[in-house]
Amino acid sequence: MRFLITKRAFLPLAAAAMATVLTGCGSQIADPASAGSAASSGTSCVDTSGSSVKVGFINSLSGTMAISESTVFDSLTLAAEEINGSGGVLGKKLEVISEDGASEPTKFAERAGKLIQQDCTAAVFGGWTSSSRKAMLPVFEANDALLFYPVQYEGLESSKNIFYTGATTNQQIIPALDYLAEQGTKSLFLVGSDYVFPRTANKIIQAYAAAKGIEVLGEEYAPLGSTEFSTIVNKVRDSKADAVFNTLNGDSNVAFFRQYKSVGLTADSMPVVSVSIAEEEVPGVGLDNVQGQLTAWDYYQTLDTPANTKFVAAFKAKFGAERVTSDPMEAAYTSLFLWKAMVEKAASFDVDKVQAAADGVTFEAPEGLVTVNGENNHITKTPRIGKINSAGLIETVWSSPAAVEPDPYLATYDWATGLAK
Amino acid sequence: MELLIGQMFAGLSLGSVLLLAALGLSLTFGQMGVINMAHGEFMMAGAYTAFVVQQAISDAGVSLLVSIPAGFLVGGVLGLVLEEVLLRRMYHRPLDTLLVTFGVALILQQAARDIFGAPSVDVRTPAWLQGNIELLGAPIPLTRLFILGLSLLCLAGLVLLLKATPLGRRIRAVVLNRDLAETSGVSTRRSDQLTFFIGSGLAGIAGVAVTLIGSTSPYLGTNYIVDAFLVVVAGGIGQIKGAVIAAFALGVLQSAFEYSTTASIGKVLILIVIVVFLQLRPQGIFSLKTRSLA
Repeated sequence: MRFLITKRAFLPLAAAAMATVLTGCGSQIADPASAGSAASSGTSCVDTSGSSVKVGFINSLSGTMAISESTVFDSLTLAAEEINGSGGVLGKKLEVISEDGASEPTKFAERAGKLIQQDCTAAVFGGWTSSSRKAMLPVFEANDALLFYPVQYEGLESSKNIFYTGATTNQQIIPALDYLAEQGTKSLFLVGSDYVFPRTANKIIQAYAAAKGIEVLGEEYAPLGSTEFSTIVNKVRDSKADAVFNTLNGDSNVAFFRQYKSVGLTADSMPVVSVSIAEEEVPGVGLDNVQGQLTAWDYYQTLDTPANTKFVAAFKAKFGAERVTSDPMEAAYTSLFLWKAMVEKAASFDVDKVQAAADGVTFEAPEGLVTVNGENNHITKTPRIGKINSAGLIETVWSSPAAVEPDPYLATYDWATGLAK
Repeated sequence: MELLIGQMFAGLSLGSVLLLAALGLSLTFGQMGVINMAHGEFMMAGAYTAFVVQQAISDAGVSLLVSIPAGFLVGGVLGLVLEEVLLRRMYHRPLDTLLVTFGVALILQQAARDIFGAPSVDVRTPAWLQGNIELLGAPIPLTRLFILGLSLLCLAGLVLLLKATPLGRRIRAVVLNRDLAETSGVSTRRSDQLTFFIGSGLAGIAGVAVTLIGSTSPYLGTNYIVDAFLVVVAGGIGQIKGAVIAAFALGVLQSAFEYSTTASIGKVLILIVIVVFLQLRPQGIFSLKTRSLA
């Protein structure tokens, strides 16, 4: 009986809420649940009638990922300012609404929902960890909205609602392996943090190694945040491998490299290739501990391109001369300009039209010319192997001769069959 | 052989880190029934002290030696303030102290982020601690040797203080029977303050020591607090002797598990061992025999 009354009372309320959503474009909505039903019915609430258009930034500005993600927020802010300075997108200034994902995937999903339904943003930029992306994916798909994700990741994913502007595995890990093979590396030791990216990356590395006759002498994982590497370092030293492939994340790198060095291992005796240490992490890890070690990325601050010189100068002018730029920051900066180019090509902010226009859109990014692949929503990127120099910056020691097409499912590699399952 | 020695040392060295982290905690836990979740953040304060001292004294060796007493002082003063402002109001309400100190831990983490920034900072290792010595072919890292020495020194200092000084006798009297000690003219208030000062100061020293092996970031404390509690609980609450045995036993066991399996599985095995051990001996390796009626 009570249930019936509640249900009866609810129906007109819900109808009223729906009506409010459908009539009031861009108006504040009190009940996000009802907003969800409205948006998923295909009605976008993006308001393009004024002189500005809203975009959303979602980054962890607090919590354990704030270290990395706040730098992405900074470069997104720079990109938005530059776009506004040169007249905006389709003549409309960008109005940025920023949300804090607080390093929690559920928070990312919830805040993304708010940016889409309540703030009515035309596109959202941000995210870092794969778990935050995976949490946001269904939200963007259900609302048919756009997310631009700027970080290298483990691949094996594509969604029409997400544009991936960081490297996928064939633009970072495989070129790093090619480089090592070219240098005569016959054996590898794999060290990583115990979560999705390192485990997937190492599966790919194992398959590659098996196909190319490289011996993998060990595969060790440390819990995320672990600072105790005595045993792992002992195992690495004992293996006498030619090189170490490092997929550790965050602070563990500091402990790993300190302890690596303390048992007498060096960049000369056993080089380490890292895929998640960029310019901004070097001072924290301690230059003494990582100088001479290798990294695999698509962008370094030291790149000598006109677009990069401009990007680095503008970033330092805005945030301070001591700040450095890194690959995810560059990919985030690029993502905003790519969205602008897509919107201009589509001559509309509508998600379907932007998606339809995306294929082949290019941007002269700091890392070089990038092109959107409309098939998998990733972009072409130029893989580069770098060496950490005495100033704490990274010098390119090898660069792919041309930008590499994205292949998130590794469909073009014979040895990778079965990995995408 | 070479590996066996390397692994034995890795275990001892892990044990010494655990001991440093747990020594002060064991003292405050035993004395006052206070569960101090902010102990890890006192370590973090010690670690940042090492960083600040290094900014002032550029010679990494001198700054490390200055940092040790400085870290003790910083940790100690933080502990004293915490005790004076909050904890003395809730002695023998361990659950309340757990909540309150957890809050304090979060505040200290945020304070560190605001002062030093979220990324970890680099505390350089002095030249004379870089590299290793060879023991039968196994490299023994000098930093680890230094930490082992430091933790034994702290242990010796603490034992000496408790056993051979009037202050130590008073502390022990308060642990054994607070009311009787008070009636006999011991100021329990003063003894509580000093215990908390020393216990938290030891956390500060531990913080300085771990800058040699890991990162100095606002999250440093969270890496150690659980392990420190494991040592205290497994050793027997308030038992320095138990803490020493538990720390080294856990260190050696963990390295052995890690070596024969993987780091993640090793951690799981260690927790299983502790769970089983506490089933058999809930009071820990040693238990406190008191004449207290409570």
